[in-house]
Amino acid sequence: MSEQQLFKVTIDNITIEVAPGTSILQAARSIGGDVAPPAMCFYSKLQGSGGKCRTCLVEVSKGSEKDPRPMPKLVASCRTTVMDGMEVKNITSPKVVDARAGVVEFLLLNHPLDCPICDQAGECHLQDLGYEHGKAGTRYEFQRRTFKKHDLGPYIQLHMTRCILCYRCVFTADQLTNSREHGVLSRGDHSEIATYIEKSLDNDFIGNVIDVCPVGALTDKTFRFKNRVWFTKPVDAHRDCPTCSGKAQLWMRGDEVFRVTARKDEWGEVKDTADGKPGWICNECRFEKKAANDWVIEGPSVINRHSVIAQGHYLGLKKPEETIVKVMSGQQPRFFMDIHDVSGVNKPNIELSLINGPATSDVFNETKKD
Amino acid sequence: MGVKLLLEKAHVPGIRGYDVYRSEGGYRSVEKALKMAPADIVEEVKKSGLRGRGGAGFPAGMKWSFIAKPEGVPRHLVCNADESEPGTFKDRYLMENIPHLLIEGLIVASFALGSNATYIYIRGEYAWIVDILEQAINEAKQNGWLGKNILDTGFDCEIYVQRGAGAYICGEETALIESLEGKRGNPRIKPPFPAVKGVWDRPTVVNNVETLAAVVPVINMGGEEYAKIGVGRSTGTKLISACGNINKPGVYEIDMTISVEEFIYSEEFCGGIANGKRIKACIPGGSSVPILPANLLFKTAKGETRYMNYESLSDGGFATGSMMGSGGFIVLDEDQCIVKHTYTLARFYRHESCGQCSPCREGTGWMEKILKSIETGKGKMSDIDLLWDIQRKIEGNTICPLGDAAAWPVAAAIRHFRDEFEWHVNNPIECLNRNFGLAHYADEIHVPVTA
Amino acid sequence: MVKFSDDKLAKVQEIVQRYPEGKQKSALIPVLHLAQENFGGWLSAETMDYVAELLQISSIEVYEVATFYSMYNLQPVGKYLFEVCHTGPCMLRGSDDIVTYIYEKLGIKSGETTADGMFTLKTVECLGACGYAPMMQLGKYYKEHLTKERVDSIIEECKKNAASNN
Repeated sequence: MSEQQLFKVTIDNITIEVAPGTSILQAARSIGGDVAPPAMCFYSKLQGSGGKCRTCLVEVSKGSEKDPRPMPKLVASCRTTVMDGMEVKNITSPKVVDARAGVVEFLLLNHPLDCPICDQAGECHLQDLGYEHGKAGTRYEFQRRTFKKHDLGPYIQLHMTRCILCYRCVFTADQLTNSREHGVLSRGDHSEIATYIEKSLDNDFIGNVIDVCPVGALTDKTFRFKNRVWFTKPVDAHRDCPTCSGKAQLWMRGDEVFRVTARKDEWGEVKDTADGKPGWICNECRFEKKAANDWVIEGPSVINRHSVIAQGHYLGLKKPEETIVKVMSGQQPRFFMDIHDVSGVNKPNIELSLINGPATSDVFNETKKD
Repeated sequence: MGVKLLLEKAHVPGIRGYDVYRSEGGYRSVEKALKMAPADIVEEVKKSGLRGRGGAGFPAGMKWSFIAKPEGVPRHLVCNADESEPGTFKDRYLMENIPHLLIEGLIVASFALGSNATYIYIRGEYAWIVDILEQAINEAKQNGWLGKNILDTGFDCEIYVQRGAGAYICGEETALIESLEGKRGNPRIKPPFPAVKGVWDRPTVVNNVETLAAVVPVINMGGEEYAKIGVGRSTGTKLISACGNINKPGVYEIDMTISVEEFIYSEEFCGGIANGKRIKACIPGGSSVPILPANLLFKTAKGETRYMNYESLSDGGFATGSMMGSGGFIVLDEDQCIVKHTYTLARFYRHESCGQCSPCREGTGWMEKILKSIETGKGKMSDIDLLWDIQRKIEGNTICPLGDAAAWPVAAAIRHFRDEFEWHVNNPIECLNRNFGLAHYADEIHVPVTA
Repeated sequence: MVKFSDDKLAKVQEIVQRYPEGKQKSALIPVLHLAQENFGGWLSAETMDYVAELLQISSIEVYEVATFYSMYNLQPVGKYLFEVCHTGPCMLRGSDDIVTYIYEKLGIKSGETTADGMFTLKTVECLGACGYAPMMQLGKYYKEHLTKERVDSIIEECKKNAASNN
């Protein structure tokens, strides 16, 4: 199949061509920006994931060129493949925006508001989701759900109250390790991630469940309460590891390595390594190698401008393309404003990322300039 | 006296056993069908207009024709006997009283679909019915209707009974398949549909007990003759399990031409409301379908008589109509509280939600809690609108129809009985001691006349 | 030691034979029923591990399934388990009164067991006997059209059976 017929698909008025078999979500991600629906459970590197959280629901206003009928219900974009001539509405559909706000409310219904003490804060997909697609208040007036605490061993901390049951960690254990020890127990709103009998998880690759967890349900015990992620600076580093690729991301403050994770792409998923396989890392790299000289540091990681972590400023800042203006007929995005529009203090001609060290009043003091 | 196709012989003494069943004309359809080409059987079922009797009402013949037939891959027929919809107990009645009818239908359907191993997935609580079915299977086997080379046609077929273990969700066909594979009953995300990838990734057809039993008369009398019974697209007969505050709860076979009023008040069927009370409301098709107040039950919004069939029960859409559903007919008399009843249903759906997708997992529990507080006099007026908004956000946004099934009863209760909910909120003490009563729910509805 | 007798092991084999080669996991739900009947009316972790071993699947797969379905008891229950349905149609016919009456009679609420370990009461959701309401499941069978008198006689019958079995 040298000449593969591509499918034309239009998402929020932007038309692209993708290979048959591509999901709506992946097609939308290839456009990028706000056209890409949020995904809390889908994880492209984990087979069988997706379809559960319902945050990526989109409206298919035209099924395909052959059968132009719209789909009767909103569909999960992560598990629906594109058809030639399909037209999809994401943020341009009021139905989708409404349904998504509903899903966010459902996901947050029983989620504790413990972000101030949660290690995931700052890189939490549920925080982003709530901020971007949710409503400010909750209408839930009952006691939130709690669970009996379970210990998963020396490395992984489980906070079941924070879990949104995305099943990613279950797929991870199934696909990365040879014997899964934890799973989803019970049913309905009592469902929980657990081992049933108190058992520690100690497979070589089980630490990756921390990276796939979209919320703070599974966090790194060796990093627990040590620092806030936005105070640490992520750098790409590698080491010779007999078990895994050894390509990781170190979260440092000064010379101290606070945390080691896999490298992640702009969708929060583990990046592929040079051989095209996902760069999962082993427990030894993740939990045991906490000295800077264990690693060869390659340089600062590319961090999305939207992330709070980007507040530790970097050269090589990567600005994503803004799509909101394009698809919302000129409407400006509501989250970020240009600081210079509202403040005359900082001078627009001074590029903050180019100065050495933290900015002080001297930097802006024009009278002192040589 | 209407036509009876399924339960005609149900009360013949000893019909549970093979000999009596056979002497009453049992297994004729197998003799006939095994001489036909499988495709012709499917055609016959299509012609009959037989619609799935589990609740959704999808044409059975059409479902059969969708099954994929890849070379060298076995196909399976699975009988859905996981009857769990509150108000529904018709399949149980059929399996308990005339099990061979189901086995007979299963053999014909297995032949038509090319299933050599057919499974009956029965809800775990029906433990004693497993014995009845297994005995019927053994008898059929001893008499050459099952096993190898049935009737010298070269067709092999085995039927196995698989017991569930208590989960309403396993009545959803993909959850049932997961459960049959020994897993949690989490519905699958479709596509792929079971007709392409079902149990053990093999093409699978899942049909309700009553649907499969109805295949027997379809084959015996021919699809066209079967289609003549009933009205419009509601062909054949339907089992209705009637319960609630009526004089004669039980399972009745109707030919879908009788009116709802006749069904409730005639001595042949429900025998009227118990204890001389008046009817307040009715859920005509199992707990998931919208509840109707008495005045919309007997007559449609257009003032026409409402009949016991698919079209007439759904006349007016959800605004003023309901659904045939699974045929679980629940009648509420004037003393019943709609809020409390809706609360027990919400509690049911919360208990039965599999927990896989977020709107259903979180939304069902939320609705239950709000309904409970309204029922116990702790509700606020805004809770009613909140309930409406929650059900609206669940409906249509979940993986499987359980979300809709949980949302519809709440929506319909608020739609038709909003003043009863408001009364609960406004009279928090009184509502603990007495019910709202019949109020105006049986008053005739004014039908505007067009000039 | 949790172990099936030989004829029960043969039954397990027979169940496994119903499914295609390599799909023995399908036998899990029926085998768990068998285990629950055999090992004291409930499923301990040990029992579940034993089932996992029999079917050559991992323990967690068994725990996941056993905790999903409502018929498996994960805690010991009384000798006689009264499972009274309290969903809509049964509620309409007075299931609440039956639950209250059992409480008056035995002093147990839903989820509790009598001190002598004889009776456990559980309120359950729809059991598919709506036309014969109110009702309860007792062991393998349904007890339908419940009245206070009928509850009395069921309790008496259980006590008599227990006495004659000991």
